Amino acid sequence: MSGNVRPRGGFAERTVNGLLEAMERAMLAETNAAGTGWLQRLDPRVKLAGLLSLVTAVAMSHRAEVIAALFGVGIAIAIASRLPLSTLLSGVSLATVAFSSALALPAIFLTPGRTVGTVPVVGWTITAQGLTTAGYLVLRVAATTTLGFLLVFSTRWAHVLKALRAFRVPVVFVVILGMTYRYILLLLEAARDMFDARRSRTVGPLAGRERRRLVTQGAGVLLAKSLHLSGEVFLAMQARGFRGEVYLLDDFVMARTDWIALASCAGVALAAVWAGR
Amino acid sequence: MTLFEIESLTYRFNRITALDGLSMTIPAGTRIGLLGANGSGKSTLLRILDGLYFAESGVVRFLGDALTEARFGDNEFAYGFRRRVGMLFQNPDAQLFNATVFDEVAFGPLQLRWSAADVRARVMDTLERLRLAHLEHRVPQRLSGGEKKRVALASVLVMDPEVLLLDEPTDALDPRSQSQLIDLLMGWADGSKSVITATHHLGILGDIADRCFVLDRGRLVADRTPADILQDEDLLDRTNLIHVHRHRHDEGHVHSHPHLHGL
Repeated sequence: MSGNVRPRGGFAERTVNGLLEAMERAMLAETNAAGTGWLQRLDPRVKLAGLLSLVTAVAMSHRAEVIAALFGVGIAIAIASRLPLSTLLSGVSLATVAFSSALALPAIFLTPGRTVGTVPVVGWTITAQGLTTAGYLVLRVAATTTLGFLLVFSTRWAHVLKALRAFRVPVVFVVILGMTYRYILLLLEAARDMFDARRSRTVGPLAGRERRRLVTQGAGVLLAKSLHLSGEVFLAMQARGFRGEVYLLDDFVMARTDWIALASCAGVALAAVWAGR
Repeated sequence: MTLFEIESLTYRFNRITALDGLSMTIPAGTRIGLLGANGSGKSTLLRILDGLYFAESGVVRFLGDALTEARFGDNEFAYGFRRRVGMLFQNPDAQLFNATVFDEVAFGPLQLRWSAADVRARVMDTLERLRLAHLEHRVPQRLSGGEKKRVALASVLVMDPEVLLLDEPTDALDPRSQSQLIDLLMGWADGSKSVITATHHLGILGDIADRCFVLDRGRLVADRTPADILQDEDLLDRTNLIHVHRHRHDEGHVHSHPHLHGL
């Protein structure tokens, strides 16, 4: 789809197209997961536990250089696993810009502390403590999303779900997670089709108010469609014997390399927590 | 032997009555055509027969067992039922939710806890039988409408159920795929499977059914052979299965009259 030439459309349309591209990348992850890199060879339970321990270490560290080092560990693992670095970094930067900057920016001005500058015209003061807080937040988001992407890009989604069940995560949670993944592409495609159908019946640009009305109306229709189709998907799963448990062709078996990898991740995480006190 | 026994079945969606006091008996080993216009209750009936919806009033029995929510709470019964009864949904998008075509077809057998070797062998055999083996590693959501429908059918046939509930199986299929499916359905005329097919395509009825139920607004209005039904123009007109419209004859005359398409 990325090669297609599509009109840019409005904000909502561009967002839907961006999400669709992200989902297509996630579908590509299934291909990456079949690769022969370091992470791909590990038991999914080890990947889940190991990467989760590193994420915990990121959250518990209070020193920027330690968090940056963990970010570096994530990048090194991606290289060792032959994962597409450009896709990984674009996903990380999207998450960092989209989610953390909205929270980090106000902190620069609102956190009390030593003044290091003032924004011209509006006169807002920038504090050293504010810059530090914002910096930590952005760094933490970058490091944790990198580690999260490592799991998603190197593990088939069904294996992630089965690994969650191995750690006694409740069936309801796993089912919801599984359904979300299965359904989100359909939902986004339905949204894109709606935008295309509307464009085919629209001549010339619409007024801002009309555009907002159509987006609101579209969101309502999409919600109704999504509720209907998600119900249908669940019925179809039940019709083929689904009772909430995840069954796979591959049984998880811990090999020596898995134990070594698990111990290494735990060791790095403990060292990071100690160093980042 | 009676496969399904339905007595005074009523089902409502909110306040809309989908099935209204329906009674019928379906013997094992027959091919049934469920005929009706859109909204006549065909899909709802299939879902009730598959134990996905439950009767609001009335009784539905499968080989003598009442199909109730409580009965499906029993794992042994539920797995046994799912092993014996397979359903093809009208909308293939609802039925395709796995990452690859192989995973999609393997989903049902895995839920029934077959051995890994059995699952692999049966999935590949089914894909080859339906000429889908070349799509094994493809993402189902990225297939064409006809391919999706065939993969959805494979996901049901892989379990080799004794009873097949097919909801508009020929929708979205190209003529070649349609005739392959009809060949498959004709192959079960020997009584090896019980097949209940919901359709509003009169053209395929004679090939896919030995007996035909006509539904109209949730009620059973006819229970006859396909040949009898197809000859009853008045019944077909009353149940909106044929319609009057203008069309051109070979002589160049254009006029309106009710008629059947695809026969």
